[in-house]
Amino acid sequence: MMVREEIEKKEAKEESITVIDTGDHAVSLATKFARVQVVAAYPITPQTQIVEEIAKFVEYGKMNAKYVRVESEHSAMAACIGASAVGTRVFTATSSQGLLLMHEMLFAASAYRLPIVMANVNRALFPPWIILAEHTDSLAQRDTGWIQYYCSSNQEVFDTVLQAYKVAESVNLPVMVNLEGFIMSHTHMPITLPAQKQVDEFLPPREPLWKLDVNKPQSFGNLAFSNYYVKMRRSIEDGMVKAKSEIEKANDEFEKIFGRDHGGLIDCYRCEDAETIIFCLGTLGTEAKASIDNLRKKGVKCGVARVRVFRPFPEEKIKEVAASAENVVILDRDNSFGKGGVLNTEVRSILEGKRISNFIIGLGGTDVPYTTIEKCVEMANGQKDEWIMKVKL
Amino acid sequence: MTIKIKELPVEDYLLKGNAACPGCPLNIAMKTVLKALGKNTIMAVPACCTSIIQSTYPNTAVNVPLLNIPFETTAATASGIVAGLEMIGEEETTVLGWAGDGGTYDIGIQALSGAAERNTNFLYVCYNNQMYSNTGIQRSGATPKGAWTTTTWTGKTEEKKNMPGIMVAHNIPYVATASISRPLDIYEKVVKAKSIKGTKYIEILAPCPSGWRFNLSQTVEVAKLAIQTRAWNLYEVENGRYKINVTVRNPKPIVEYLKVQQRFKNVINDENKIKEIQMETDKIWEKLVKLTEKTQAL
Repeated sequence: MMVREEIEKKEAKEESITVIDTGDHAVSLATKFARVQVVAAYPITPQTQIVEEIAKFVEYGKMNAKYVRVESEHSAMAACIGASAVGTRVFTATSSQGLLLMHEMLFAASAYRLPIVMANVNRALFPPWIILAEHTDSLAQRDTGWIQYYCSSNQEVFDTVLQAYKVAESVNLPVMVNLEGFIMSHTHMPITLPAQKQVDEFLPPREPLWKLDVNKPQSFGNLAFSNYYVKMRRSIEDGMVKAKSEIEKANDEFEKIFGRDHGGLIDCYRCEDAETIIFCLGTLGTEAKASIDNLRKKGVKCGVARVRVFRPFPEEKIKEVAASAENVVILDRDNSFGKGGVLNTEVRSILEGKRISNFIIGLGGTDVPYTTIEKCVEMANGQKDEWIMKVKL
Repeated sequence: MTIKIKELPVEDYLLKGNAACPGCPLNIAMKTVLKALGKNTIMAVPACCTSIIQSTYPNTAVNVPLLNIPFETTAATASGIVAGLEMIGEEETTVLGWAGDGGTYDIGIQALSGAAERNTNFLYVCYNNQMYSNTGIQRSGATPKGAWTTTTWTGKTEEKKNMPGIMVAHNIPYVATASISRPLDIYEKVVKAKSIKGTKYIEILAPCPSGWRFNLSQTVEVAKLAIQTRAWNLYEVENGRYKINVTVRNPKPIVEYLKVQQRFKNVINDENKIKEIQMETDKIWEKLVKLTEKTQAL
């Protein structure tokens, strides 16, 4: 109670403050700072804390927004599309099955060029029922035209939601901010909250590209022939390409105002002279940093490049960071049945002349300690897709 | 009926020369609804015949802002539009969910139920042609028993749903049925609905010549016959209180309605089946009369 009061006092004084809170609450807090106007969401573990907190903000007058308590995730995204189409700043959050249910609507959001931001708490897929972390849910949305961020700390989650709106509204594409279930969603970590005026400076009110306007009646999405369809699809592609520089720009501008840099498209650690580079998503990147330090003590020159943005795919950055390395180790907390890790498939497709090894690791929330990652680097011999089924190797 | 045709607003928001089939009942329904709602209207429309009637991009035959959305999301998208408009203080604009019976009775019922339970401030109009006509005449939850469709070749074996009844069960402030044979009644019901805050549901019977298999000059006649035989009843439910708008004193036998539609070719020569349909029709009417009596005290 004391802590909350403290926060409110600081907020009232427009001061920055550090709190200890969960990844889920980092998301909720960020939506408040981003002055989100409409939230439409449906509860699913481990996303629930996000929407519970937002409901609290809205009901107790701490956030000037409408919260539409929809009856499914499919409807959540439909409502987000409707609200975004009248020009408001919109948010939703989901996880796993909920994201899969939304799949159809994800394409609609991107094709309508709506800057919706969604937090997805990465969770494994049914059956069996399991609520622990895995990246397969969001990676299965790869082709939907959504920009995808993967975070590695609660601070990064908070900051990325703000950056997501910046990027979304500059390229008119929706953004998914991913954080791993429980590993981040329910784990308390320090989060430095900025002063509201700093956020307002970084993120001015949305200026919609188009909107449903009674003074300018238009039909959106009606029948079109192939020629128009292709043009519309191409514009999404162009937006995605443009997003690469906008993501870097948002990261730089963010650093200038708030003093924190999470890496734009990729987050590199000790990669400069590395002979072995690990590529991975999310918290695997944080854990890998400890493995790298240990391996370097043993004389193994390695580094980790955490892919922070998976779509648009940072092809140039990945090539650049891997240029002088001989070995590439790709860790996937996901799998494409019959093909191997999804990140692996993508990274492998752009690198030439390297020994590339892929490990399917941490599925269904399996713990991945830094020791396991060290073992993977030591075992790497060009595996196509080796499954790591145990915690300790 | 108090309003006269010549008193209707001159402005049309469904433009002439649109891409509707000849004899399409939708022109009457949509034109009338939009006349009643006026300029300050935003439409959410799922995949349905209205997707065609709008015409192809970059043209449109609809002169109010319209958002096309996937099949099952009319009411959910409308909920978002309503929330957005409330946030920007544009509350005088009416949000209209406009869907066919497939998008309402079947795939869209979940979103509609959710929006109604939240008493979302919008008008939902279901234009009911009793089948999936846009995809080529397939059976829907609104298809009457006995009707031929391209997925019920020997005639549908189940009764249609009571969708207005389902909406009444959501305790929304206004539910009404209407027919394209009575455009002034449509107009007045929409004007009334517009003045009520909360979820309003209006269902308009829309006989489709190509799906029901009758001559395309007979659209209005078939709709009239539906009322004369009590195959379609006109009523309103305001705050749970039923009110029958049209009581046909000496209803024609249901066979009069069935025989003008080739879709009932499988039942038309089967006396037992006709008897069954007649009994069901009578039962629905009697239930409606009883509901009207019982809900007067509400």
